[in-house]
Amino acid sequence: MTDRRRRLPRLRSRRHSHEPSLSAFSSFSPRDLFGESLAGMLQRPARSALTGLGTVLGVGTFVAVLGLTATTSSQIDSRFDLLSATEVTVEDVGRQQNEFAGYAFPDDADDRIEALNGVQHAGVYWQVRLTGTDTVRASPLGDATGERAQILAASPGTLQAALPTLAQGRLYDDFQQDTSARVALLGSGTAARLGITTLETRPAVFIDGEPFAVIGVIDDVQRKADLLMSVVVPSSTAERLWGVPEEGGAKMLVATSTGAAAQVAREAPTALRPDHPEYLKATPPPDPRSLRSSVTSDLGQLFLLLAAICLVIGAVGIANTTLVAVLERTGEIGLRRALGARSRHITLQFLTESGTLGALGGLVGTSVGVITVVAVAVVRDWTPVVHPVTLAAAPAVGLATGLLAGLYPAWRAARIQPAEALRR
Amino acid sequence: MRLRAHTRRGSPQAPVPGPGPEVPVMEFRGVGLTYPGPPPVTALRPCDLIVRRGEFVTVIGPSGSGKSTFLNVAGLLDAPTEGSYLLDGIDVAGAGEAARAALRGRHIGFVFQSFHLMPHRSALENVTLAMVYNRSGRADRTARARAALTRVGLGHRIDAVPTRLSGGERQRVAIARALVARPSLLLCDEPTGNLDTATAESVLALLDELHAEGMTVLVITHDPAVAAHGERTVAIRDGVLAEQPGRGPRRALLPQGVAE
Repeated sequence: MTDRRRRLPRLRSRRHSHEPSLSAFSSFSPRDLFGESLAGMLQRPARSALTGLGTVLGVGTFVAVLGLTATTSSQIDSRFDLLSATEVTVEDVGRQQNEFAGYAFPDDADDRIEALNGVQHAGVYWQVRLTGTDTVRASPLGDATGERAQILAASPGTLQAALPTLAQGRLYDDFQQDTSARVALLGSGTAARLGITTLETRPAVFIDGEPFAVIGVIDDVQRKADLLMSVVVPSSTAERLWGVPEEGGAKMLVATSTGAAAQVAREAPTALRPDHPEYLKATPPPDPRSLRSSVTSDLGQLFLLLAAICLVIGAVGIANTTLVAVLERTGEIGLRRALGARSRHITLQFLTESGTLGALGGLVGTSVGVITVVAVAVVRDWTPVVHPVTLAAAPAVGLATGLLAGLYPAWRAARIQPAEALRR
Repeated sequence: MRLRAHTRRGSPQAPVPGPGPEVPVMEFRGVGLTYPGPPPVTALRPCDLIVRRGEFVTVIGPSGSGKSTFLNVAGLLDAPTEGSYLLDGIDVAGAGEAARAALRGRHIGFVFQSFHLMPHRSALENVTLAMVYNRSGRADRTARARAALTRVGLGHRIDAVPTRLSGGERQRVAIARALVARPSLLLCDEPTGNLDTATAESVLALLDELHAEGMTVLVITHDPAVAAHGERTVAIRDGVLAEQPGRGPRRALLPQGVAE
């Protein structure tokens, strides 16, 4: 008390001197501004929450759409990196260029390609076309075990490039290829259909009447999935028995190191046929960047539009509620003016209220959006990806929405004359 | 002397000594207000009025007499269209909107008929609000508000929200809010209009006490019983301000207040 007594006269003498400056206008410190705005919002918490819901939905959709788009495109990318980006296919298109052109691949095709920088494995393969009704049998006689299966002639390099997993036995290699050995690999599905369950009994299959020793059963492959449904024999054996593949039937599967695919695809035709590189067509993997952008534009546009509509609805909701609040709180506005508030202080307070509401809605919406992205990613077994810029921008979008929505109500509030407002 | 005795008690609503007793708290010199037409309406005819420091003046008039206009002009809610208005010696007639807002917040404490309390805020917060806009330091706001509430006899209801307070208690909160910024003039507009007779009496008794402690009080009312509390009563009728006939200065020492 003694303290105050000492201080008061000084304050008063300054405030009430004979020539007080009119420029000493009222103030509204930021702390007070936020305190009063918060109190204004909390006057009707349920209404404030419902008002903020529009922004929550808008910003939430915005974040979820951007996050899900980023997540899905990054999934495509990772699958792409794993296999497609390191896979080149070379096709025999010689007949299209020259009707007298023969089988375009040279005998040492595998070696020529594998000598290229960046190539891990390469091999020629084709489908053998036979005319019989049941082409593969597990026994030379009888009709119980006949199957119509696809016969695939493949060099050992093809098998390695396909990255197979064996259920039993082994793959054939250069020895069998060089000696045109009569060996066969079966896909696990084909083996089951032929009744071959174990290699312990040294089973054989008869293809077009010719016996082949089954030396391996393939359980799974990472490339060229039709190997699983086929009977695979060395290409040299197939060539000796049934001749070279017909027009365009032969292809080459090349597995490259990461990043080498495009270059290998450029070099392969010349390496194989320096005399007629045009007889061969190498297909590199598609450019991942173009893939991603097409995915983004396909999915994103519509949903972003939806998010924008949600935001507009949210803004209209905030504008409407704030306007109602302004009319409802006319008495309060009059009182504040009587207590020394300037009209700009009233504007600021209502703008802060709507801006805070928008920013809070934006924050909650960002959280909801991120949770959605993570939930979808967990369900789909994806890696959730949300760009940091999205996270930073989303609450700002909410704030901007709130401020924009508050402009008109705040302007109306500032125009209320204190004398009129206090008459109520 | 009165002031010192008062300050020793530590009440925050100590009346402002101001520029000195010779300078009136409020002085109308030919102040009038005409709302521009068409047609122009004269709500307050040019009038002179002096309210000296420490006076208790009542303004009485029926509804539609120009009481509200007088309140608005005296309370700086509206700017007069003619004459000059000296508040604590400052000519405020020509002051702009922002300057009037600042002067309102520092020189005038309002008490309204309908209390104008914020319904969701506690009594303490309602009183504190009066210090938000007028550059009062944050540090002792709560202490000052608490002291003001104690002064009006509500020390025990500090945290109650207005909806839990009786009419009389609400008006006391409003008076505490008007006092806490230490204004030169307590401007009351029908302060007992919404109260029953007994409560009205207690509120008027509080105003009498404040006046006795040196506060300058101006009460605007339609009720002669309320008007009788003033040392001086000024009548307003059809926008014309006049000294109430037959009610001269109650205390001999007071100077004449109204000309016209």
